[in-house]
Amino acid sequence: MSNLSAEGGHGAVPLEGVPTGVDVPAPEPEWPLYEVFVRGKRGLNHVHVGSLHAADDRMALLHARDVYTRRNEGVSIWVVRADAITASSPDEKDPMFAPSGDKVYRHPTFYDIPDNVPHM
Amino acid sequence: MSEHIHTSPEDEHDSAYSGLLVNDAHWAFGTDFEDPLAGVDTTIPDGVDAPALAAYALMLGDDALVMSHRIAEWTSNAPDLEDDIALSNIALDLLGQARLLLARAAKADASVVPALPEGSPAPPEDALAFFREAHEFRNVRLAELVNGDFAEATVRVLLFSTWRLATFERLRTSRDHVLAAVAAKGVKELAYHRDYSARWFVTLAQGTDESRRRLVAALDALWPLWPELFDTHAVEAAAAAAGVGVDPATVREAAEGVLDQVLGAADVPRPEVARRAGVLGRTGRDGMHGEPLGRMLAEMQSVARAHPRGQW
Repeated sequence: MSNLSAEGGHGAVPLEGVPTGVDVPAPEPEWPLYEVFVRGKRGLNHVHVGSLHAADDRMALLHARDVYTRRNEGVSIWVVRADAITASSPDEKDPMFAPSGDKVYRHPTFYDIPDNVPHM
Repeated sequence: MSEHIHTSPEDEHDSAYSGLLVNDAHWAFGTDFEDPLAGVDTTIPDGVDAPALAAYALMLGDDALVMSHRIAEWTSNAPDLEDDIALSNIALDLLGQARLLLARAAKADASVVPALPEGSPAPPEDALAFFREAHEFRNVRLAELVNGDFAEATVRVLLFSTWRLATFERLRTSRDHVLAAVAAKGVKELAYHRDYSARWFVTLAQGTDESRRRLVAALDALWPLWPELFDTHAVEAAAAAAGVGVDPATVREAAEGVLDQVLGAADVPRPEVARRAGVLGRTGRDGMHGEPLGRMLAEMQSVARAHPRGQW
């Protein structure tokens, strides 16, 4: 940080010993984004249902309850900060997923699944 | 409604909402739009005076109705979308409690229900909500105050839900089946209201200088109406003696204990502000209300009163 600044449009002004607020980090303009996962009933997986803003983890959970489960949709909620998610990029789609496209022997398609086996 | 409305099994794998329409069993009672007390035993317990039971149910119902309306006024005005929905949910929970309790009052003693013009389709609980004057309402005065800022809403919901939850925890063993059922349902709702407001209380107290200043100001402003919640009115004493109601004085210790925990976590001292006196000793439970309740009711009741024969 230099000891002169033109910030504020007043031309270069000295900063030594003056409370300018230049080194104070700007407050976050918005609450961080959280992704919300809801489990509909026991035995099923958590499924991504949407996202919301909250100040902290616990508030995110309360907000998720209010926004995404008010019609009795869930028995369990996960929330995770969106910036904590590492996602694959569309650019690497081919190296990531194309190689498994022709390996039909990896699919258990040669078995008959009985009707009473759920969630297969 | 049909018992099983299954979506296709493949869809169930992908959608968190697929279990929603499986059957009606998970809907709590009281969602019937025709009769809110359908399926609940409404006989008056032996030895209980029906008008006294009705008067007691009116008090609890009016608390919920007036508080619900004040919180509902936050809709579209909260600081952000998520809290807008949270406050609306709280208002709706309380409105549901109000509907059941006013219906209970009307069922126990039909003479409490205002007369409506011939041909009006309004059910008794609507008649009670929309066709009584302010002095006929029996809610505590904490519920009726004009809304302030978000800190004021936080403190008001915290005080109200802490007190009401302590009351409902005891009301679950009421000899009246309806009040016991309303309390059993309400305890879960109020526990959430208290959790929500307590977390915001701590967050605002430990946030910025400005958020703490506003929170403490709101607490000081509402504190004078806190002791009134634990006054024992003759109606409440009679209901408690008959085993159908709760004497508010008996839940004070539990409620104060919870509140002290929240104040401690927030590092906010108990205010030293005197209680607000009644008018000639009369408070909300006696029908003595501030002017704002009249204005609130004027808005809340205007449509129903303009169209008493209206079909909704």
